[in-house]
Formats: sequence, structure tokens, C-alpha cells
Amino acid sequence: MSLTKIFDIAGSAMSAQSVRLNATASNLANVNSVSGDPAAVYRSRQPVFSVDSLGSDSPGVAGVRVDDVVKTTAEPKLVHMPDHPDADENGNVYTSNVNVVDEMVNMIAASRSYQNSVEVAKVSKELLLRTLSLGQ
Amino acid sequence: MPTYIDQVFSGHERSLAVNRQRLEVVASNLANAETPAYKARDVDFRSAMRSAEAEGVTLRTTRPGHIAEPGDARPASLHYRTANQPSLDGNTVDSDKEKAAFAEASTRYQASLTFLSQRIRGLRLAITGSR
Repeated sequence: MSLTKIFDIAGSAMSAQSVRLNATASNLANVNSVSGDPAAVYRSRQPVFSVDSLGSDSPGVAGVRVDDVVKTTAEPKLVHMPDHPDADENGNVYTSNVNVVDEMVNMIAASRSYQNSVEVAKVSKELLLRTLSLGQ
Repeated sequence: MPTYIDQVFSGHERSLAVNRQRLEVVASNLANAETPAYKARDVDFRSAMRSAEAEGVTLRTTRPGHIAEPGDARPASLHYRTANQPSLDGNTVDSDKEKAAFAEASTRYQASLTFLSQRIRGLRLAITGSR
């Protein structure tokens, strides 16, 4: 039981949010990926968060764990592009199902959350250092 | 001036423990601001301080030579927050509220630290004289 548990909590939150930022970056990078096969086209990836007790039996400790990164089930968009080398027999290609607006919102939320965790870790570090120098 | 050396910190060491626990809980809330179905919690400072004062947890003493030492504060009573605007995924964390709570707990922690170090300084002065 010490302030060091907060570093675990903030660290787990930062790593979860960076997984989310990574997924957002991948989604935004692949927003224009196309394929002639709707099953093969890029699908938006989203992390699923859950509570992690971080091996502590204290009820107040709750870190974040990335349970899984799932591919969303939204249908890929159909675009008629007969000149495209990947087009199917009807001249259609499928583009990824990434929603750019959703991804931008995710990016902002993830970076805010990351900043909060950095702040928490910074304050905890100062408190811990002050506690260590108590009585000097 | 307190009579006994173990009363010299007059509750600030307990306040440190309770505030540290509160920091932990609020940090957990902030960490889980985006976790579905997570319910924000907080420590009831008043009741936590009271229970820490009433029954400060002691180390287990199995032999006569062991000294029962007041240890950390008990895991204080945690309460769930009432959400102003609960989100659709069941999460009740309000990041702004949690940030304010974190700032408050860290300020209280620092205040207790300041009181403690001044007590220690005062005692040392009393022990060593004017050196």
C-alpha cells in the first residue's frame, strides 16, 4: 500500500489509450483502402476496454486493460470504379468502413484521457518525492 | 505541546493514509473514464478518518516481544458516485469532477506533509537546542 500503485493505474490507462490511438491511426491511414472482395477490405478496428484490478486486493484500485481489438461490423462502402484494377465483374470496388468523424472524436478523447493520466502520474511523483524527504 | 511522542503527529499520519487511498481511487476513476460499465467511486473522507482514528489497524502480534504498531488506515468505506449525466455505456465517470477531486486530495496530502515536517522540525529543534 503506497503511492506507487497510482503509477500502475496511470500506466495501465496510458497504455490502453495508446492502443486506442494506434487503432485510430491505423483506421485513418486505411480510410481509402479498397478491395474487390467485400470480405477482404479493411475494417475499422476498435479496442475494448475493461477494468483490471492490477493484482491488488484493495477495492479502490482499478486499472484499465485492453480486452480485445475488434473489427467493426459496419458494411464496407460500394464504389463504382470500372477502371480500378481490383474492380469485380460489375465494375465495383469496396472501400473501408472507417468513419472519419468517429475516428477524429476517438483521437481527441484518447489524447485527453492520456493527458489526464500523465497529470496524475506527475502529481503522484511529486507527492511521493515530498513524502520521501519528510523530516529532512 | 503533546505529552507523548506518539501523539506528536496529531492525526496527520492518518490523514496521509486516507488521502493516499483517495488519490488511488480517484486515479482509478480517471483511468477508467472510457471503460464501459465502470462506476466511479470515492472515499468518504470523514468516515474514513473516523474509522482510522477509532481502530487504527495494528500489526499482528504473535509473540510477547512484538510491538503492536499503528499501521496503514483501514480500507476506507468506498461509495459510488451519483452521476449527473450517466453515459449510454453505463460509465459514470465525470472527468472534470475527478480532476477536481484529485487536486483536492493531493493538496490535502501536501498540507498534511507540511504539518508533519514542521512538527518534526520543531521536535528536532527542541531536542538539539538552538543548533
